[in-house]
Amino acid sequence: MKLRRSMLFMPGNNPGMLQNAGILGADSVILDLEDAVALTEKDSARILVRNAIKTLRFYNSEIVVRVNPLSTEFGYEDVKEIAQVKPDAIMVPKATEEDIEGVDKILCEIEEKMGFEKGSIKLFPLIETAYGLENVYTIIEASKRVTGVLLGAEDLTNDLGIKRTKKGKEIFYARSKVATSCRALGVDAIDTPFTDLDDREAFIKDIKKAKSIGMTGKAAINPRQIDTIHDVFAPSEEEIEYAQRVLEKMEEAKRDGLGVFSLDGKMVDAPIINRAKTTIEKAKLAGLI
Amino acid sequence: MKILKPAKAGTYESNDIYIMIQPNDNGIKIELESIVMKQFGKRIEEVIKETLEKLEVKDAYVVAKDRGALDYTVSARVETAVKRAGVEK
Repeated sequence: MKLRRSMLFMPGNNPGMLQNAGILGADSVILDLEDAVALTEKDSARILVRNAIKTLRFYNSEIVVRVNPLSTEFGYEDVKEIAQVKPDAIMVPKATEEDIEGVDKILCEIEEKMGFEKGSIKLFPLIETAYGLENVYTIIEASKRVTGVLLGAEDLTNDLGIKRTKKGKEIFYARSKVATSCRALGVDAIDTPFTDLDDREAFIKDIKKAKSIGMTGKAAINPRQIDTIHDVFAPSEEEIEYAQRVLEKMEEAKRDGLGVFSLDGKMVDAPIINRAKTTIEKAKLAGLI
Repeated sequence: MKILKPAKAGTYESNDIYIMIQPNDNGIKIELESIVMKQFGKRIEEVIKETLEKLEVKDAYVVAKDRGALDYTVSARVETAVKRAGVEK
């Protein structure tokens, strides 16, 4: 299990930020070649990010590169250049099934040419169009490389012709749809970034809302958002304690030859045991136990 | 490879380096300004030269204004400038 609570966006053409990306504590860093880079600097950022991956240390952070949309002249060039230095994953904006299949094919060729393990470069479709949202399930299925999905609410609400609000009522359906499809196919569901850096209270509410719907992590646009995201997504003390008790009781029941048992007067069966195991695993990865 | 036209890459931001490259008739000429000239001037020049060599550029006039760039940035900015300069074999 890879802990992917936070994914921090870093602008791809900023050397100072790139060289600090690995020490900020995010589970993943997204080196951005798309929105954070001016049209006239696309070539420059691509080369800088390639060199950064080749030479810098990112410590425990997973390295993800957001390429330009494949419908632009930059998209496939980004994939071809960046894949050669083997990032952990490539994020594909405004993803469609066709895009994911196209990138998968190029990655297969590059992995073979460079002698990388086949399928080792993962994919992250960015769901930020009405089409993408309605087809998120088949987009994930388009390649075995897909390891998670990022919901991009700014572009999505723009595509839907609706207003994006801080409370986020308008993206309830999108969050539910992405979370459900991701859970069904066993990949991570990463929530859209929260853009008001000064409203901490609303930020916490927003993360909790996403978590309650089934999202597994959240994108960040500023390093100071990371700790808050980790706090909310980490299993709470009560959850850990309950999970430990479930597993202890399970061992006891096994010894007694029981399939189903009760704890605190409530029946415990397979889904609860599985959840307890996941909670413990997450807590261990987060260094909480 | 031959530099066909002047080109530039990079910025004056800290941790970056601004590179201007122009055609030259006889070899590589580098003019470097750096905020860490005493400590790293020689190394920055080396990285510029190594990058040009890797790209098979034999003649070029390079003006570099460094704001504390690490090797990976120096090499990236030189490569970008060379590619923008429209080299030919």
